[in-house]
Amino acid sequence: MTAAVSFRGVSRHFGTVKAVDGVDLDIAEGEFFAMLGPSGSGKTTCLRLIAGFETPTAGRIELFGEDVSGRPPYRRAVNTVFQDYALFPHLNVLDNVAYGLMIAGVPKAERRRRAEEALSMMALPGYGGRKPSELSGGQRQRVALARALVNRPRVLLLDEPLGALDLKLREQMQDELKTLQRKVGITFVFVTHDQGEALSMADRVAVFNEGRIQQVGSPEEVYARPRTRFVADFVGGSNVLHPGVAALFGGRPAWASLRPEALRLGPPEGARITGVVTAARYLGAATRLVVDLGAGAPPDGRSDVAVLVPGGHPVPAPGTRVGLAWDAEALHPMATE
Amino acid sequence: MSVLADSGPRPAREGVGGRLSDLLWRRPGVLLALLLVPPLLWLGVVYLGSLFALLLQSFFSIDEFSGVIDRTPTLKTYGELLRPANLDIIWRTVLMAAAVTVASVAVAFPIAYYAARHARGRWKALFYLGVMLPLWSSYLVKVYAWKLILAKEGIVGWGFDSLGLGRVLEAFLAVPGIGGNSLSVSPTGTFIVFVYVWLPFMILPIQAALERVPDSLVEASGDLGATPGQTFRHVIWPLALPGVVAGSIFTFSLTLGDYIIPQIIGTSARFIGLAVYQYQGTAGNVPLAAAFAVVPIVIMGSYLAVAKRLGAFDAL
Repeated sequence: MTAAVSFRGVSRHFGTVKAVDGVDLDIAEGEFFAMLGPSGSGKTTCLRLIAGFETPTAGRIELFGEDVSGRPPYRRAVNTVFQDYALFPHLNVLDNVAYGLMIAGVPKAERRRRAEEALSMMALPGYGGRKPSELSGGQRQRVALARALVNRPRVLLLDEPLGALDLKLREQMQDELKTLQRKVGITFVFVTHDQGEALSMADRVAVFNEGRIQQVGSPEEVYARPRTRFVADFVGGSNVLHPGVAALFGGRPAWASLRPEALRLGPPEGARITGVVTAARYLGAATRLVVDLGAGAPPDGRSDVAVLVPGGHPVPAPGTRVGLAWDAEALHPMATE
Repeated sequence: MSVLADSGPRPAREGVGGRLSDLLWRRPGVLLALLLVPPLLWLGVVYLGSLFALLLQSFFSIDEFSGVIDRTPTLKTYGELLRPANLDIIWRTVLMAAAVTVASVAVAFPIAYYAARHARGRWKALFYLGVMLPLWSSYLVKVYAWKLILAKEGIVGWGFDSLGLGRVLEAFLAVPGIGGNSLSVSPTGTFIVFVYVWLPFMILPIQAALERVPDSLVEASGDLGATPGQTFRHVIWPLALPGVVAGSIFTFSLTLGDYIIPQIIGTSARFIGLAVYQYQGTAGNVPLAAAFAVVPIVIMGSYLAVAKRLGAFDAL
């Protein structure tokens, strides 16, 4: 099967800034794909390259096997949900949703019907006559989704679509987006800097840093088996262990990651590794402790590890000496440094 | 440590100044009133008052033999205004103002578009300088400069001649209604100078309107399948329209009221401003001058009503 979206050695440079630098990527049809990374990592530029707002400096972009590298946005079967929603302020909600159909020359009665249908699907029936300025953030988000989906695109691009919403609404929209994607069955490409969002929603995740892809894989792979130190650190704050520390934990003397929840606290007596609690951060469902391992710390690596203590367990006060226990298979050596 | 420990609540500010600051902080309405009363007095008494006095005068009449103003309310002066010779003046002025406005939009829009959507940093500063610079020099100097430029021996005529297009200019000047002996004594000359002089007043509001259109709206339109032309028609133009209307209020009303440019450049045919000037100053017919002065007010009022009905302000 041809990929919905493929990047072949794609670069996009702005002057001396390499926003995207030699990216190879295949996104399968019907996939919910997340591009994850900090700001300035190139994920948004990649999305804009797919939409056609940017043209690659080098390389090739294909949509369903067709080279679209130099093709303007209005000749691509993709639609975008913008970060600021980009609803037309001079048009009401119905005309906003029907905009693409109007441009495509769909007769007035039909585009009205289809726009209303799309609004109903987004749980906004009867909102057609309002102006975008009269809607809440969550409602604007749904209008933006309806406006994109009504055109029946083959790929839907979402640029941090949940960034402007408050936490509760964001979690609700995460579930809704996932359900929606299953229902319409089209490819979703989703840009976010929130690793929780990426892990909970996507079928596959690409982690970006400095214009390059660090790792592509399922959320489980990226979370449990990070390929690089950056991925281990960025995707959920894993402990990145220096080769010397990894050896201390019984692993190969190579960089390794160890998830904070894989570590358990015990009495210092008889423990293979002990340390002193230096800080505690209460997270609600758990408490995140920082344990300083003290001696034997390599000069260029961190000598402390984070430990997640589930709720209900006793939390030692800072200054307490504790022992550490862990499962050997949780220690994951990383392929590259 | 002591720096942090010493900072308690601040001591109260002493004196009238301190108490006044406190009062204004607690009652922002007082500050607003203090700031607004002088301009409102000015607007209400000096501005609207004199406008009302003007309106009132237009309902007086003049005794044709003695030249004495008769202060009994009458519509006689308006009857006089509607005489063919005066209607001619009104017509000519409105046509000129409309032509100047349309041409100003056509010239100003691309400039404003470039400045708002493409120019950055130094180029933007240069743009503002370029647009504002003509406003720094005297209007009369510019108009007289144009008289030289447009004169028969001026640079425009010379340019046409050296390109071997002298015939074309002559043929154009032979067209009745827009031509004349030379560009500087033709209605076309008046038109060119009006467009030149009022152009900044059209560029700046359009630029301000375009400045408020986020790039993402233009991208969204393209994303939804619109070609650049369609995006212009359905997104950029409607959103720029309030700026275009604001600019056209300037160019239209300034042209309606100007009496200097048509005197210096153009035929001797009169415009509303010139008529007001002459009836008021030379002929002493203040009622008719007042009636003439009411015409632009009525025209602008109807223009704005039509613009509002057409939805020009929907995007505000």
